[in-house]
Amino acid sequence: MGMIGQHLLNGLMQGTIYGLVAMGFTIFFGVMNVIKFSHGDVLTLGAFGGLVAVWAANALGLSVPLQFIVALCVAMALTAVVGAGISHFLIMPLRNAPPLNMLLMTMMVGTAIREAIRLFFPNGTNPQRFPELLPAGGFNIGPSFFRTDAIILIIAGAASIGAVYWIINHSKFGLAMRAVAEDTETARVMGINFGRIIPLTFALGSITAGFAGMIYALYYSEINYSMGLLLAVIGFTAAIVGGLGNIWGAIIGGYLFAGLQTFVVAAMPSMSDYKNVFAFVLIIVLITWRPTGLLAERGSERV
Amino acid sequence: MGTISKRGLAALAVASVLPLAFGSFSAAFAKDKVKIAFVGPLTGAISPHGIGGRNSAELAVKLMNAEPNTKYEYELVVLDDECKPNVGVQVVTKIASDRSIIAAIPHYCSATAIATVDIFNRFKMPMVVWAAVLPEITYAKKYPEVHRVSGILIGQNRIGAQFMKARGYKKFVSFADSTDYGKSMNKYFTQFTLENGNEILGSFSVPPDQQDLSAELTKIKELNPEVIYFGGLTPLGARLRTQMAKFGINAQLEGNSGIMGDAFVNAAGPELAEGTLTFFDSPPLSKMPGGKMFADAYKAAGYSEPPEAYGPFAYVATRLVMETIEKVGPDRAKVTADLGDVKDRPSIVGPVTFDDHGQNITPLTTSYVVQDGKWVVWEESEYVSGKRKLKNLP
Repeated sequence: MGMIGQHLLNGLMQGTIYGLVAMGFTIFFGVMNVIKFSHGDVLTLGAFGGLVAVWAANALGLSVPLQFIVALCVAMALTAVVGAGISHFLIMPLRNAPPLNMLLMTMMVGTAIREAIRLFFPNGTNPQRFPELLPAGGFNIGPSFFRTDAIILIIAGAASIGAVYWIINHSKFGLAMRAVAEDTETARVMGINFGRIIPLTFALGSITAGFAGMIYALYYSEINYSMGLLLAVIGFTAAIVGGLGNIWGAIIGGYLFAGLQTFVVAAMPSMSDYKNVFAFVLIIVLITWRPTGLLAERGSERV
Repeated sequence: MGTISKRGLAALAVASVLPLAFGSFSAAFAKDKVKIAFVGPLTGAISPHGIGGRNSAELAVKLMNAEPNTKYEYELVVLDDECKPNVGVQVVTKIASDRSIIAAIPHYCSATAIATVDIFNRFKMPMVVWAAVLPEITYAKKYPEVHRVSGILIGQNRIGAQFMKARGYKKFVSFADSTDYGKSMNKYFTQFTLENGNEILGSFSVPPDQQDLSAELTKIKELNPEVIYFGGLTPLGARLRTQMAKFGINAQLEGNSGIMGDAFVNAAGPELAEGTLTFFDSPPLSKMPGGKMFADAYKAAGYSEPPEAYGPFAYVATRLVMETIEKVGPDRAKVTADLGDVKDRPSIVGPVTFDDHGQNITPLTTSYVVQDGKWVVWEESEYVSGKRKLKNLP
């Protein structure tokens, strides 16, 4: 049991990725009441965009830190554009349609993105090796081994969560976003440009996916076309458990899910194959106990 | 410019008509066409192995068709099972229900092969497995249609356990995928390792597509084994090796036929792959009776992908099927009956003998180690002379 620190670090790393994905779900739902199932595939797209950017930067002879910055910018820009595009061309026109139509539509968009990567990316069906751009190695504290790249990524993930929180709660754009979320009609009467705020909100949510995609790629050094699928299910679950529409809820949900997975492997190594089963079963219990999530959406009046 | 292109056009027209004319002329004497099917993973993470096998099977057909005295002209129908049991069932049902296809050379992945053997039996389609090594494929039931040129994974685990004991290793951790293949690997690894008086500190089983191994590796690091045994296929094996390094785990990696091939070294990188051990049911190509012929013909055919470890076996299986059809004619029942009698049949990998379950009993298990990015026979490596050392040697 001397490895508690190590397990904690593993859980933190995974929780950061899950939390970032869950945050996207919760932003979309909070503002537009949309469950956007293409979120995981946007994440995959971001990671592949980052990979192409690294290849290009490498071909241009840029240094590794520059390659890293280029990849990160490309991944985030690409997901922002795709997220805004999906909302402008697909979600906005459908906003008065039944929620089920919207759900189906986003699932289909996700499938289209996933299959497009598989078919059009060279050798897209195969896992792709992602270059290691962060310093390798690490250090030992007691029996625990701390990977330098993992620590950088956890800090970066936490910082990005903080940045999104600040944007939503302290910037003018965030104010407009919250106004739209509260009451769309009144917000429009007050002069908020609805047609611009919604795509921007989706861009913001999708950037978090692009960021999570890059964290994933850098940590595992491997990406594949279907990686977004399970991440989306886990991210969505985390958002629901935390309370859909509540940012902190999403993050707590993400860490909770990662914690459950890690706990199974740490406590019962021979059962590691069942860690997702175990985690999802506990989540079902939690949802039954608190149907609106651990932290319900603030000011929620949906009865 | 204008005249040239006109002339060029005319030449093109003549060129395209000529073979047509001769084609129809020679068709009068043409041999009957016989279709056989190759099935393997052509897309997905295991595809390097499937493509190597496909090329080798294709090569066998090409060489056979080039021989002047054959009775039939062979056509290879190639299908992709994606290394997935459900896809394997679909494509095998498709070929098995197509009566124009006489026989099949199926499967690299054991989990896929074990799912399709019943279909071959139900449709009475003779087949020769080219690579999957799960014992149950031939031994679970006694299907006359099912044969296999590749070995079974019991032998490699027995030899592997003896080899590790001889080096003095005592503490092991088993890490296998959760498919039937990985479970079987773990079962025989456990049996033979314990028989040799060694200790297994823990056994881990993960789905073959699991990305994050950090929780399992943390536990393994805590257990601190001398050796990590891996029972699975190349992608998971390469991922395990990469993440072991990231966690600073300095254990010796003991593999099996699932990671044998260039694909593992390419995926893990030559530095990390260095010193990885594996036990594989075949001597290297250069030591096979027809190894040089195969290597030269493969090169001459201009394939850009390597044949991988099981390419020669795909060649042998395809050749065996065609030889049988030459002998008894394109009839499924007759081919099945004749394949049952294969004994000491010469092939490029050595003589092939099927036992009463259709299992080739002649494969020769050989120990390999990665040295400078290549799989080298243990006895010929610098590890034997002591110039290089395995990890964690007691």
